[in-house]
Amino acid sequence: MSGQSDPRCSTFSAAELEFLAEDETMEIVPNLRMERLSLISGDFGPFRPQIATQVPIWLAVALKKRGKCTIRPPDWMSVEKLTLVLEAERDSASSFEALPFHYVEISRLLFDHARDDIPDVYMVRSLIEDIKDVRFHKIGTGLEKLSSRTYAMKLNLSAMEVNVIRPFVTGGLETFYKLGNPEMIQESERQEYRRPQAADRGPRRELRR
Amino acid sequence: MESGSGEGTGGFSAMDDYETLISTTDADLLKRSWRNEKAAPEILQFESSLVQRSREQIQLMEETVEEFMKNGEDPLTVSLYQMDIDRTLFLLRSYLRTRLQKIEKFMFHIQKTADLWARLSREEQKFAKRSIEDMKQHLEQSVSNKLPDRYKSHLKQSVISEEDDMVMEPKLDAFVICRTRKFLGSLPVDDSGEENPLDMYAGDIYALRYKSIKPLIETGQLDLV
Repeated sequence: MSGQSDPRCSTFSAAELEFLAEDETMEIVPNLRMERLSLISGDFGPFRPQIATQVPIWLAVALKKRGKCTIRPPDWMSVEKLTLVLEAERDSASSFEALPFHYVEISRLLFDHARDDIPDVYMVRSLIEDIKDVRFHKIGTGLEKLSSRTYAMKLNLSAMEVNVIRPFVTGGLETFYKLGNPEMIQESERQEYRRPQAADRGPRRELRR
Repeated sequence: MESGSGEGTGGFSAMDDYETLISTTDADLLKRSWRNEKAAPEILQFESSLVQRSREQIQLMEETVEEFMKNGEDPLTVSLYQMDIDRTLFLLRSYLRTRLQKIEKFMFHIQKTADLWARLSREEQKFAKRSIEDMKQHLEQSVSNKLPDRYKSHLKQSVISEEDDMVMEPKLDAFVICRTRKFLGSLPVDDSGEENPLDMYAGDIYALRYKSIKPLIETGQLDLV
């Protein structure tokens, strides 16, 4: 919370990313009758049985948990589409397929709460896992190409992927930048947190066990 | 919430995701401010009118929920309204907490820099003043007063330092990851003499130095991710 003193932690936690993803809209088919909801996040409803409507995911999950609706998985989560995406990812060595920005979080939420609403859920799940793996592998090989000439990087990845590699990418680019700009080193030394420098006490002796 | 071009239509280009963010409801604005504040290395301008409006909306909602509960309204509806309130409250609180964290970290620097001081709200300024007093006193009592005379200042390492080198400053050169909202054309991104402008299309994600894109974030053309 207020003490994220570990510099290796990424700016956003996974839970916060999920929170952001929960605002994406999803189609549900309610089985209850409810009047319009005028929430701070927007107006939703009215809800009538068997009539599909769009709501944010957090609302869909809440209704689903109480058995008040079924969730219609988004079009990109079908076995056919995902198989195409997976093949395209495998074929191209460096470019990434266009996937929804929050595909990791959305698929996770749906697997956790709406498993019975997804046709061929095991197939879909394994396809998404494979896509994630292929993409991460590509990210890894792409990162090896970071060099001192890089001052900006273009990455068209999903939210979760960006967040996971954020500390590495920003740290790496920063180090390259500092090493490549000698006149900047003096400036940035003042800006960084001063780590206490241990005095050089001469050659180290083996400590007696 | 304008949900027309959401996930349901099946298009998964980055543009679709982005259309939903272009709507400027207060909830969306709060979310954006929260994200930018979390990812930026320095403290940003306090969104006082947005915070005020959000507070009022939350209060209104809380009163509505209380009325519902008194009238015996369907508990499902009540719990959904409550969830929405909780989500908005979380955003608001986290936004304020992140700012306080940054103030705590850079308090001396913020006090010195008029531009940064002006970015704080009045309550934050009070908080900053008190923290500075406390910190200064603490440092003096526990350390500085016991050091030789030339080294007593909490701002300078020693009397001969030219600048306040004990003061921690935010790293404006830090790299941040950002996303474009619309086509921005080519921008000269590196100011060290290499003129390699980047063509930035809508929905692209970049890792860049914070300093180069600072003005764009303020005008809302880039979002920190």
